[in-house]
Amino acid sequence: MAITITVNGTARTLDVEPEMPLLWALREVLGLTGTKFGCGISACGACTVHLDGRAVRSCVLPISAADGKTVTTIEGLAQDGTLHKVQQAWIAHQVPQCGYCQSGMIMAVAELLTRTPAPTDEEIDAGVTNICRCGTFARVRAAIHAAAGTEGATS
Amino acid sequence: MNKWTRRAFIGAGTVAGGGFLLGVAGFAFAPSRHSLVSDDAAEKGQLTTWITITPDNVITILIPHCEMGQGTPTALAMMAAEELEADWSLVRVQEAPALDAYANGYIIRAAGGEYVPAALGRGVDYGAYRIAEWFGFQVTGGSTAVRSTGEYGMRVAGAAAKEMLLAAAAGQWAVSATECTAKGSRITHAPSGRSSTFGELARAAAAVSVPTSPALKHPDSFTIRRTSLARLDIPAKVDGSAVYAIDFTTPGMLYAALEMAPVQGGTLISVDTTPAESMPGVKKVVKLNAAVAVVADSFWRARRALAALRPDFSDAGHGDVSTASIFAAFDKALGAPPELPKNAAKVVTADYRAPFLAHATMEPMVCTAKVDGGRAEVWTGVQDPLNARSTAAKALGIGPANVHLTNFLLGGGFGRRLPFNFDYVDLSVRVAEAMSPTPVKTIWTRENDIQHDYYRGAAMSRHAGALDANGTPLAAHSNYTGGGNSEAVFMPYAIAEQNTEEKEVKHPIRPGQWRSVLNSQHGFFKESFIDEMAHAAGRDPFEFRRGLLGNQPRFKAALEKAAVLSGWGLPLPRGEGRGIAICESFGTIVAEVVHVAVSADGQLKVPHVYAAVDCGDVVNLDSATAQVEGGIIFALSAALLSEITIAQGRIVERNFRDYPMIHVADAPKITTAFIRSDAPLGGLGEPCVPPLAPALANAIHAATGIRVRELPISKTPLKRA
Repeated sequence: MAITITVNGTARTLDVEPEMPLLWALREVLGLTGTKFGCGISACGACTVHLDGRAVRSCVLPISAADGKTVTTIEGLAQDGTLHKVQQAWIAHQVPQCGYCQSGMIMAVAELLTRTPAPTDEEIDAGVTNICRCGTFARVRAAIHAAAGTEGATS
Repeated sequence: MNKWTRRAFIGAGTVAGGGFLLGVAGFAFAPSRHSLVSDDAAEKGQLTTWITITPDNVITILIPHCEMGQGTPTALAMMAAEELEADWSLVRVQEAPALDAYANGYIIRAAGGEYVPAALGRGVDYGAYRIAEWFGFQVTGGSTAVRSTGEYGMRVAGAAAKEMLLAAAAGQWAVSATECTAKGSRITHAPSGRSSTFGELARAAAAVSVPTSPALKHPDSFTIRRTSLARLDIPAKVDGSAVYAIDFTTPGMLYAALEMAPVQGGTLISVDTTPAESMPGVKKVVKLNAAVAVVADSFWRARRALAALRPDFSDAGHGDVSTASIFAAFDKALGAPPELPKNAAKVVTADYRAPFLAHATMEPMVCTAKVDGGRAEVWTGVQDPLNARSTAAKALGIGPANVHLTNFLLGGGFGRRLPFNFDYVDLSVRVAEAMSPTPVKTIWTRENDIQHDYYRGAAMSRHAGALDANGTPLAAHSNYTGGGNSEAVFMPYAIAEQNTEEKEVKHPIRPGQWRSVLNSQHGFFKESFIDEMAHAAGRDPFEFRRGLLGNQPRFKAALEKAAVLSGWGLPLPRGEGRGIAICESFGTIVAEVVHVAVSADGQLKVPHVYAAVDCGDVVNLDSATAQVEGGIIFALSAALLSEITIAQGRIVERNFRDYPMIHVADAPKITTAFIRSDAPLGGLGEPCVPPLAPALANAIHAATGIRVRELPISKTPLKRA
């Protein structure tokens, strides 16, 4: 079955089973390996991408659900060679450790900030449920506030 | 083998294209510098050294350790660059290849529980090098990289390179080297105003005889170390370009999904392969001794087809093992509480339990292999490329030299990817052998990962302590199961009678090293018990400990620092409390105070953790702080939630739904203070883990009066009566 998705601005047609998760289509068919496999059950968020601008966990999303839609992955988050403000904040706050979860974390946060440009700590708690085993959470929170321009706004 | 000489400790040579390379024996060189470092070393693929300076003035530092998020390559490069007087913006790092010459010997000492003897000074002893070579280790573990490779290798290599560059410049300018200075990757002769870059001098410097005892900088003159420098690996980790083992591809590569014997030690009895063989994309079903693999043209198709199989595995006679049976055996082996002095006015006894834990690295185990004739290529992510290479070679029945291994960034390590834990490499090369010469990437699912780990061992301890009528402790004894060593059971307190005894209990759950290893269980046991003794004595837990640390100034200073940071003693609202704990591991002393808030209905929150860390000195302040934060969160997640259980010999938990982790919402604020002591550098990857669980349990007691003696804490109801 031919499925057409626009990935990072480019229309791509894939001939794969409709139930293949978007994650594996991105990684193995399109070679976009920045999006990671962590659990396969939508529990950890390492596979988070944007589908028509909304954060989705691509490991459980059949590619048929993305047919005709727009997908942004971590590789497509920077615009015109300029890192997204979340990516910039991630460098400034030296957030990643092993870095494996951070593609998904950054995509989740980028979408949170489009919905909630100046999130409170409570909104961050509710909106970012990705797992990081290295324990970067304190820096994640600080970097979100930096990207949102809300440093010092919360406790 | 050539005679080992002092001169051979450091070696130098030129690289192709003109340049300079330098390393320190034992880490980077065979005993004879001439055998491995020569003009054609680069062509031979034996660029077996650490520091390369090319004519463009770029310094490349080869790092014999992996990057798994701990920032070691950046820190080690800082240590070399500091001595070299390098311009940091011109420094690059590269992971050393998996070759014998990069065996990092000092891990052997760390693994043996020894510290590097001071007498070794700047050299590297032949014995350690030989042992490392024989064992084939190139380990990143034991919190050793900075304190061994850095302190005894990188610094020396950097200092020697600087002296050689100074000598080269002095020779060219016909001036005294003592009138020349090195700064910012440039040698300057102030009296004449002449100046050249390191790159311009590199070729000449390589011809200079190697200094045997280069002078090291005094810490007061450090300009690179003790600062916060951006980690070199981070930019690639925010744009998706960082490459982990799971991201590697090679033309024609296939994918494999695995199902392994659910009971450790079990083997594959039979499997009807036909349901999978007819499914789309499937190339082959591979039967292995204790697993079945489906190889397909995509991982998802491989996994889907694997789900259609119903393999029958034996249980190796362990089908009746359960968490309950293991803890019952622990309880029985511990026997009666240890005996106490007869003159005790007050006696305290307590049992503590710690569960099995999985590592659950975010990147599951992945290994790609291509087996062709008597040779193999392996692409994976390991904490020891040399031992992994040996594992692959052994599985294939070929020599290690016939295996070429490429290591990638690790999506988490925490001990899962240490030597002798390379089942994922073993299985991968066996699958690839069955598909030879087609390369195959074997990806573990999260379920494979959780159910086939090398687990942090479950453990139990039985303590008995005695106090005199004044509340002064007379004795603190314990018996324990689940493993221990002298570091893990050590208590710094001035208590006259202290005895610990291991009671061995065998069980079939395979053990591994989990961040901080045996300290993770024993930290909880001993620092919970001393807290219980403090309460029995009617004393403040901080003051009680402090009073017993008169002969341990480093412990005392760290304890006091943590107390001050946390506002110890200041009043808190009802339902809130502070707990304190202090542990030494891997050469570093860490005191932590945990602040908790427990609601009347038993909901626990951890708003703040304070850490005072004495690791001697800090190399990269920001990434050191990140290791403290990471260790605390790793330990907190485990203490609150994590438990691997066993039923019918099988691991019950499968994925993050039943082996949950904390999230950003649960993460406390963390305040860190480093104490600069005159002690040798200690490790940082692990030492912040052990004090967290006891400080947390002690805080819960302070807040609620409920004493948690079993981890995870979620097993103990915290609702106030």
